[in-house]
This record gives sequence, C-alpha cells and structure tokens, in this order.
Amino acid sequence: MSGSFRTGIGGRIRRERTVRFRFDGVTYAGVEGDTLASALLANGVHLMGRSFKYHRPRGVLGAGADEPNALVEVTRGAGRTVPNVRATQVELYEGLEARSQNRWPSLALDVGAVNNLMAPFIPAGFYYKTFMWPRKAWDALYEPVIRAAAGLGHAPTAPDPDTYLNRYAHCEVLVIGAGPAGLSAALAASRGGGRVMLVDEQCEPGGSLLAEPDVRIDGLSSRDWIARTVAELQANPRVTLLSRATAFGYFAHNMIAVNERLSDHLAQPAAGAPRERLWQIRAGEVVIAAGAHERPLVFPDNDRPGILLAGAARTYLNRYGVLPGRRVVIATGHDEAYRTAIDLSRAGVEVAVIADLRPRPTGPLVEQARALGLAIRTGCAITGSRGGLRVTHARLSAILAAGKLGPPDEIACDAVLMSGGYTPSVHLFSQSRGKLRWDEALSAFLPDVSAERERSAGACRGIFALDAVLADGAAAGAAAAGIDAPPALRSTAVDADPAGVMGAVPHDRGPDARAFVDWQNDVTSKDLKLAVREGFQSVEHVKRYTTNGMATDQGKTSNINALGVLADELKRPVEKIGLTTFRMPYTPVTFGVLAGMARGDLFDPVRTTPIHGWAVENGAVFEDVSLWKRARYFPQGAEDMEAAVRRECLAVRSACGIFDASTLGKIEVVGRDAAEFMNRFYINAWTKLGVGRCRYGVLCREDGFVMDDGVVGRIAQDRFHVTTTTGGAARVLNMMEDYLQTEWPELDVWFTSTTEEWAVIALQGPKARDILSGLVEGIDLSPEALPHMALAEGHICGVPTRLFRVSFSGELGFEINVPADQGRTVWEAVWAAGQPHGLTPYGTETMHVLRAEKGFIIVGQETDGTATPDDVALSWAVGKAKPDYVGKRSLARPSMSAPDRKQLVGLLTEVPETVLQEGAQIVASRGLKAPMPVIGHVTSSYYSAVLGRSIALAMVSGGRARMGETLYSPHGAGEIAVKVVGPVFHDPEGARVNV
Amino acid sequence: MLVITCPYCGPRPEIEFAHGGEAHIARPQDPSSLGVEDWTEFLYMRANPKGLHAERWRHLHGCARFFNALRDTTTDQFVATYRTGEPRPDLAAVKA
Amino acid sequence: MSDVIAAGRTPFEALNGLSMPGLSAAPDRTRYILRGRAGILAPVAEVLGFALPTDACRATGSDQRHALWLGPDEWLLLSPAGDRLDKALAFAIGDVAHSVVEVSHRQVGIVLDRPDAAAVLSVGCALDLDLAAFPVGMCTRTMFAKTEIVLWRTGENVFQIEVWRSFADYLWRYLVLAGAEFA
Repeated sequence: MSGSFRTGIGGRIRRERTVRFRFDGVTYAGVEGDTLASALLANGVHLMGRSFKYHRPRGVLGAGADEPNALVEVTRGAGRTVPNVRATQVELYEGLEARSQNRWPSLALDVGAVNNLMAPFIPAGFYYKTFMWPRKAWDALYEPVIRAAAGLGHAPTAPDPDTYLNRYAHCEVLVIGAGPAGLSAALAASRGGGRVMLVDEQCEPGGSLLAEPDVRIDGLSSRDWIARTVAELQANPRVTLLSRATAFGYFAHNMIAVNERLSDHLAQPAAGAPRERLWQIRAGEVVIAAGAHERPLVFPDNDRPGILLAGAARTYLNRYGVLPGRRVVIATGHDEAYRTAIDLSRAGVEVAVIADLRPRPTGPLVEQARALGLAIRTGCAITGSRGGLRVTHARLSAILAAGKLGPPDEIACDAVLMSGGYTPSVHLFSQSRGKLRWDEALSAFLPDVSAERERSAGACRGIFALDAVLADGAAAGAAAAGIDAPPALRSTAVDADPAGVMGAVPHDRGPDARAFVDWQNDVTSKDLKLAVREGFQSVEHVKRYTTNGMATDQGKTSNINALGVLADELKRPVEKIGLTTFRMPYTPVTFGVLAGMARGDLFDPVRTTPIHGWAVENGAVFEDVSLWKRARYFPQGAEDMEAAVRRECLAVRSACGIFDASTLGKIEVVGRDAAEFMNRFYINAWTKLGVGRCRYGVLCREDGFVMDDGVVGRIAQDRFHVTTTTGGAARVLNMMEDYLQTEWPELDVWFTSTTEEWAVIALQGPKARDILSGLVEGIDLSPEALPHMALAEGHICGVPTRLFRVSFSGELGFEINVPADQGRTVWEAVWAAGQPHGLTPYGTETMHVLRAEKGFIIVGQETDGTATPDDVALSWAVGKAKPDYVGKRSLARPSMSAPDRKQLVGLLTEVPETVLQEGAQIVASRGLKAPMPVIGHVTSSYYSAVLGRSIALAMVSGGRARMGETLYSPHGAGEIAVKVVGPVFHDPEGARVNV
Repeated sequence: MLVITCPYCGPRPEIEFAHGGEAHIARPQDPSSLGVEDWTEFLYMRANPKGLHAERWRHLHGCARFFNALRDTTTDQFVATYRTGEPRPDLAAVKA
Repeated sequence: MSDVIAAGRTPFEALNGLSMPGLSAAPDRTRYILRGRAGILAPVAEVLGFALPTDACRATGSDQRHALWLGPDEWLLLSPAGDRLDKALAFAIGDVAHSVVEVSHRQVGIVLDRPDAAAVLSVGCALDLDLAAFPVGMCTRTMFAKTEIVLWRTGENVFQIEVWRSFADYLWRYLVLAGAEFA
C-alpha cells in the first residue's frame, strides 16, 4: 500500500495547501479540506482502530457521523485530549496529533487481539453468564479486570483548559441539516419573514450534494447552487446559519440542543478562544432534514480494513479526491453502489466486479454501469473476505434456488465497497416522541405521527430522488413558515431505486463465521441469533443482552440489519418487532459544553454578606452554608479550629463576641391580617405579642414535623419581622405563599423577602450593652426599656436600625439590623467601640457550641424531618388554645406523642475529654454484636470550654424518661459510656440573658 | 425544557417554574374535626394518572403566582393552565 | 452618640474593576415592594404622579420614578436615592389593605447598554429577547444562569437588571464572560 491514493483533480479540497499531521507517531501529509480519515486514506492507510471487544483490526467504514470503527484520540496536550472522536469528522489542521485506541503496544500488533481468538468463549451475554460465582471474586478480581479492559479511549486526567459557551435562541423555523432538503427548506421558510435557523453538523453546507459534483440544479452546478442558496440565506438578517453545529437532542416543546464546534478545526486557536457553544433553541416549527445512513452488508468477515460503505467511498472520491483502493469489489443490494462503481471506474480505479444480491437489478444506473463495460454478477452473495490488516480478496458465491449457494470464487482486490441501501435518520424525530411506521418497500422506519410541531423532509423520511428531495424540503420549509411552497426546482440527477436489502447475507461458512452487525460494539449476527435462542424476544431485551446499537454511534449503521436478523430468527415481520428508542445525544458531546460557563467562579453563585470583606481581612476561615460563605472561625497566630473556638467561646461568655448573622433569612409579613396569618401558620400564638416584642417561632409542615424556626419580632400591629434559618429562607417564603395564595386568599397579608435588605450584627456577651451604649441613638438599652426578647427602632452610628435584644448564646445579646450598604461601616464602628471591652469576632463554629451549651436546637441538625416540636423539647412554644395551625391535626395523632419517640436529651461522656462523633449511634448496653438494637443517635457534639468538658445533644428513644441512665455509643471495638442528662448544660436558669 | 403558559405572564420557560403537586386538594376547614382516615386522605393520598393530570405550578421566578395546569403525563403537553380558585376546565370545552 | 458617617458600600467593590463596555452599576435607588388590593391603584397614582401598570410585565413611570409590574398585586417602585415614598404611600392608601416594604439595599441595579445587549443576555437568559417578544417597557422576573433577576428593557439596546445584592457579583462576572465573545 504505497503511493498516493489522491486523485489529480476534483473534490472540495485545496491540493496546493499541504497539511502535515501525525497518526500513531507517523507523520503524514494531507491537504486543506481533508478529514483525518480522508487524509489517511489518501496515504493508503485504512487501518485506523481496533474493535471494542475482540480487538479486531478495523478500517474506516463510513465518511460521516455514522462511523463506528475509526474512533481516535486527538490531543492538543494535557487536558485537551479527546478520546473516541470519529476520524471521519475530524477536520485536518496543521500539526494535528491523533492516536488509535484499544490497542497495545501498537495498532498493527495488539496483545488484546487474543480476545479475537477467545471469541468462541465470549458470546453474547458473556459477562452476565461468567462472573456470577464465586460472589467474592467480583470485588477482588472480576470487576477490576473488567473495568481495566472495558471502555474505549482514555479520559484526560488534567483539567479541561478550554472555555465553553452557552446561547439561548428563538426562531419561528429551525431547519436541521443543510443538505438539499434542508437548504431548500430554509430558503423557502426564510421568505416567510420570520426568524429561521439552519444548523448543520458539517464544516460547510451542502450535505450529500458535497459528493455530487456533476449534478446540476436549476441550471447550476451543485456547487454553485449551494453557493447561491447559502448567499441568499446569509444576506437575510432574519436567518442564522450554523455550520459545525450538531443538533444532538430534541427535547419537549421544540427545544433543540445544538453543539457548535468553534475551534477544534483550527491549527492554532487564539488564546482563550472558546472551543464549543451549546445552543438551546426554542423553535416554533422544526424541519428535520437529517438525511440517511447507508447500511452495510452483513457477511462473514465483513469488518476487514479496506471494506467500507460504497456511498462513503464515493464521498471520499468526489469530495476529498481520494481513492479507496486500486482494484475494488462492489458488493451491493442497492442501486446507489453503481454510482460508486461508475465514478471510481471513471477515476481510473479497476472495478473487479459488481456483485449484486438482487437477481435482476434494473434501472438507469445499472444500465450505465453495463454500458461502461463493468463486470456485474447478479444474484451473487459476498460470503467472506481474506486478508490480514487489509482485505486482499472478496469471496463471492452465486445464490441458487431455495437459498443454496454455488461454489465460492475469490476475487483479488484491495477494497470492498458495500451497500445494503439507505436507512433514514429518524433519530431526532424519535427523540421528539414522534411515532414511526415501517415501510416494507424501503425496508425502513419512517416518521409517521408527530408529537411536536415538527416535520421531516427528504431522505430522513424516505424520499431519495433529488428532485423530490428539493421539492419536499421547499414544501416543508414553506409549510413551517405558513406560506405557499415555491415552484419546484429541476435537477439532472439520475434516480436510484430506493429499495435495498436488510439482515444477514446468506453464506455457507458454517456456524462459527462472524458477520458483524454492530461494528462498534462487536455484535455479530450469531450473537443476535443466540440471544433469540436463549429466549429473548423483545427487541429492547435483545439490545441490552447483546449490546447491539448501544455504542456511541447509536446503531446508525446496525439497527435495521439487526432487525432483519431478528425477524428471520423470530419468524416475525419487522413491524411486529419494533425499534429500540433513540436517545440523545445523536453524536457524543463533550462534558465541557454541557457544563458550559458553570465552572470555576461561575459554577454556582457565591453569596457573601456585606461584612464578608472584613472577615477576609481578619483571617476568617469560611464554610459553605447553602450558597453562602460564612465565617467559621477567626484563628489567631497558629491556632487550629479547636483552639480558636475555645478562645472565642470563652470570650463571649466572659466579655463579648461579635458575629455576622446577615445570612439569616428574613421575611417581612405585612397587612392587617398579619397576626391572623402568623397564628395559622406558626405553631405559636401571636395575637398577644406586643409591638416591640419578639418570640421564638416554630414552623411545622402539615405532617406535624418541624420545618424551620427563628425569632419573630412585631414591628407594628400589622407588621412582623420574621427570621428563618439561613438555608430555609426560600422554603419558608414559598410555603407562606402557598398557604396564602391557595388556602387563605381572603387574608390581607403580604410577604416580602428582606434577607438581603439588612445586615445583621450579633453582639453577644455580658459587655454587649456597654459596647452598644455609645453607638445608639433614640433607643433606651436599659433592661427595663429593652428586656430580653424585645426590639426597638432607632439609629446606630447614624444609620437606621432595628435592634433586637435576643440571644442564641445564652448571654446578654443584641442583633443589630442595619441597611446592608451600611453593614460593614456599622460593624467596624461596633468593633472599634468594643476594643476596650475585649470584643472578639467569632464564627459559626463557636455559635454552634454556644447554642449547644444552652440546648438550643438547629433545625436540620437536631431535627431530620421526622421530629415533632415535643420531640425536640419545644412543646412550650405551641399555642395550645389555637383551634388550628399548620401541623396541629397531625400532631394529634397518637403516634406523635408515643412515649418511645426519639426525644432530645443531653449526653455527658464518662471521660470528660472524650468528644462523641456527631451521627454516632446510641445503644442501651455494652457488648452488643451488630446488628444491634439502636435507640438513638448523637446530633451535636462539642468540647465546651466554659464547662471544661465535652457535651453532646442526642435524639434518644424515650429519652426524657432515661435521665441519669448510662447508655453507650459503639466506637471501634468497644463503646463509649454516656450519661443521659437534660439538654441545657450551661446556666439552666437563664439568669445570664436577663441582665 | 417545557414551555409553560402562566395565566398571568404567558408562555415562559420551565426554569422559571416550580412544580407544586396535585391540584384541587383543599385543606379542610377544620382539620381537628377530621378522623384519621380523612386526614390521611388529605395529607398523603395523591393521584398519579397516566394521561391528563391537574397539577399545581408556581411561576416562582416570574409573577410568583401559584396556578393550576392540565398536563398530559404521557406527552408532557399542557392542555390548559388556569388561575388558582378557578374550576378545572371542562376538557371538551378546552379542546373545542 | 456616634458621629460616624454612614458611608454605603455596595457589592460592586469586590469586583476590582472587572468591566466590559456597556456594563455599569445603576445609580443608587430607593426601592419599595408595593403589594395591595385593587383599591390602592388610585391613591398610589396620586403619590407617584402616574398610574401603576396593570398589564402584566410592563413598567410605567416618569423621568424620576418608575413602577415595575412583578405580579398581579406586586410592584417594584424605583426612585432616586433619598426620594422616600413609604410614608406618603401609607398616608394616601389609608385603609385599603396593602403592604409597603423597603428593599433599597436588598438588590442592586445593573445597566447593560450596548448594541448587542440582547445577544449578550441570551447567553444566560432563556427568554426570547427579540423586540417583538420583549418590547421596550417590558419587565419581568426571570432567571439569568443560576440567579433570579428582574429584567427591564428601557431601550432597544438598553436593559436594566435588578438583582439581589449577594448575587450581583456572580451576575456581573457572568455578563463580562458572556460579553467576551462579542468583543
């Protein structure tokens, strides 16, 4: 295989522009306009990969998106290595570096090919049958080995350095595919004046016409007709034309996902140039003009390099100026292969023979071939091939009466070009949930009943004659745009008989011959028959058992042949067997384009408070709480978290701490029925709460379980300032709106989220009042005027404030609400005023310890969606006199007050220094063996600096009746003994807040 | 991504909406007077039809209104959307 | 008593000058969320000097003040910083059921004013921003990438965006990155 296989003239390439590239380390020359596949073929290289399961040497089969064999890895360096790309769709650029896959050490010599010799022992369903026993071997042996051997290509390990873009688009008409049908459709639709989008997966519009240089349309060469049509579309500002853009997914309500490749074809993309863009297109009407895929013939050893689809060979010749070989055998059951034979013959290729399965092929193409003097054998089956890494002979046998075959005849050749006919591409139509119907004459499933506002045009609905395709496209485009179809165009195309063959070609090679149906997943007709013999009847089951059609090529070349084999074996007509479901993506898409811009800084919004900058400048360590960044602790010097938290806790208990509570959810509940709403919604009673007073509110869901909590202040008779947990703000607001809008629309009350309106500075500790006193204006801070659970409006540092006297620490405390823009200014003023008093900043970790010392729960930590208010010792909050509130009826169920419910208790370890694990289980006695009866679990556990020992909160079955009992927490080989105590560890009388 | 027609704002992309479960399940006027079975029925029992389903949606990132919709669960096609409080549309009338 | 000057600090400070042509922070505004029964329309019009929009997703206004329809009984009132409306509204509305809540600091304004503004927005906004579908004067809550915004078209190529303050940094960065491909 030496010398160039490039023709002297023709094709859409630029021969004068040499492009150098490397494949498996060897440097080759191609030309501008080549794909990797066409360039390799031009160099006489057919061997491009090894098959998935048997590691059989494989050459390129097709010329486009349907390619199952020539899957390569293209690399541009670390993080830019893309496995499993079809060499037929890789545009050549200077310096392109590609590698074959699934071989070791080299493509020509592959150790894994031993699988090929083992083939008799690797039948369909091999994995299901073989690795069932012994069970233990699965984890240790089978799975690691299978995982190492499985998969195709290698995912890059370095981060992807490229950028990916996203775009939402809307149009009245979307046309998918820019072949003759699609171009006609887009042109016709564009005359309706609406927005038209035309997307096409190839590097230039034209589709099948790109391989039809000799056809004339409307008096123009195909090239000129394409150019004229594209020019008119491009001149129309209402038309968007995208090339290198694959419509890969059809979603509900005419949402089409399109992957546009922006820079993969460039030798030197500009630094930072985006690689791909995801288009999410919402179309009023969709015209699918996706074309058709050629069907291979299923005959023994039909997978040798050098055996390819006849239409693909013609594309290589006419579009890329590349010869598939010097002496070819054409094996066909369809007229189209005659075109290939005729064109190759004219290009100087020796057509050894055309072997036609059909007994009496007729028609203009057959006649043309005869007129050229090409040897034609009718009623002739191809029953095998010979050769090592390239086909050397085709084996032909005459088909005699009653399916018998005549003696075989081997024809020397360097390429076999086959065609069983064309399979309309119904992938997108099927994804749209449209219903297909079987067309017996075409041996094809065709679009039948649409589920969306969509229509198919051209080859993808079984219309192949060029004039008819052009007319069909124009009619579809015009109908989609709601206008009359333009006059039909005439072409010089010679029509082929659209009928073809499907299923396996008869052969006399015995039961072990391997005739491939699905090249990419290495499924043979034998495997399909075996599946049927083993009892699989449903096409969906056969698919999963044999993996036919499950590769990334989505069975583009294999589905119909597989159905043919199944129909024969099941003795059932194809329409009774049905087709498996097509799923997106049509061709593989990168994870990068699906992630789009949502990576790095933009992966998720990072919410920060107005005081965040101060915390950063003062060395805070942050934690994520929903989307918020919250300061967790403020280490000094070399402090670790434990040391910092102990210091911060002691500072609050002995002097004062300052804490950023801005993330707390806040909802302003306003209206003359505000109190009535609060009464119905929260478990507490609200009508008697005075203006200027606060109450700890608890919210249950209708099923009686605690959903959220927070302090609620009454600002005015008709205005409540409701706080929620940080993570619960949106949930609570949604639930409020739900009850108001759908259950109690008669109430005059409205909710406004004010979470971000206010910055909230918590000042907690015995010195809090002293620090504040010099800063506030118009607020009397005395305990008489502003007792615990009261609020006042006034000014602080010249800024309006809602000042709450509340405490989540058990110390004298204030929460200063100020407008967010002024949050940091006020914080810094308070900070400065606190310096003489030992004011210490603290974070969420210390906040958690302080509240645990006081037995205050955190919703979501002590509660888990199955805790009632009573379970977490909050039954005091229930407004028992209220006739109703959300959750009340459910709480009346007997099981909600059963004595063995898990109840909040405190736990003290026998060894004071031992800190229990949060989430640890609690059991009743020592020495239990798993599985053991578990009676509870630890919900919060900390070392308490002020108490000089560990503390824990736990939910324990019947916990309140177990005071003083010793329970156990299994730990390692033994257990940790704990004593059950009340949940309030520090200042149980609450004296410290009332000062 | 579905297109959902908000009765106030018109057709909008699905990402602006939140699903709210089955429609036309009114909270009892006086829950405490209900027996266990009636309360259980209200609280937990929901239809899961194959075909037309009346369900609640909220135009959360739009006008923020709850509304009801008739959606075919087999095709994801919306037959009608209507405001909270309005009766479930008569199917024959919708199709006419 | 303190004499600290209450200097305002906005979330834009953290962006360290990250910018793109046509993208700017809107001037400080006073903002209210107004809710209420139908009876508020007349008295509110008296205060504002123009009628509240009652058509869905439309804004009304004068040079200085604007009212954006956000829902059938919900409006976002925008006025220049210091133009406080709450007391006047409460007085005018009187006994008609309503709610006025100040949200001046809850959100910030971003202006996108460039010939390809709609295309830049379509990088993250799923709405059809064609002038026919989203005309000048239209406003709505919607999503931009992963954040909720209020999008208001004030000119063929001018959009005002209101976003909660903690999402402003994300939105701004996203827009700058989105705009890079249009540079």
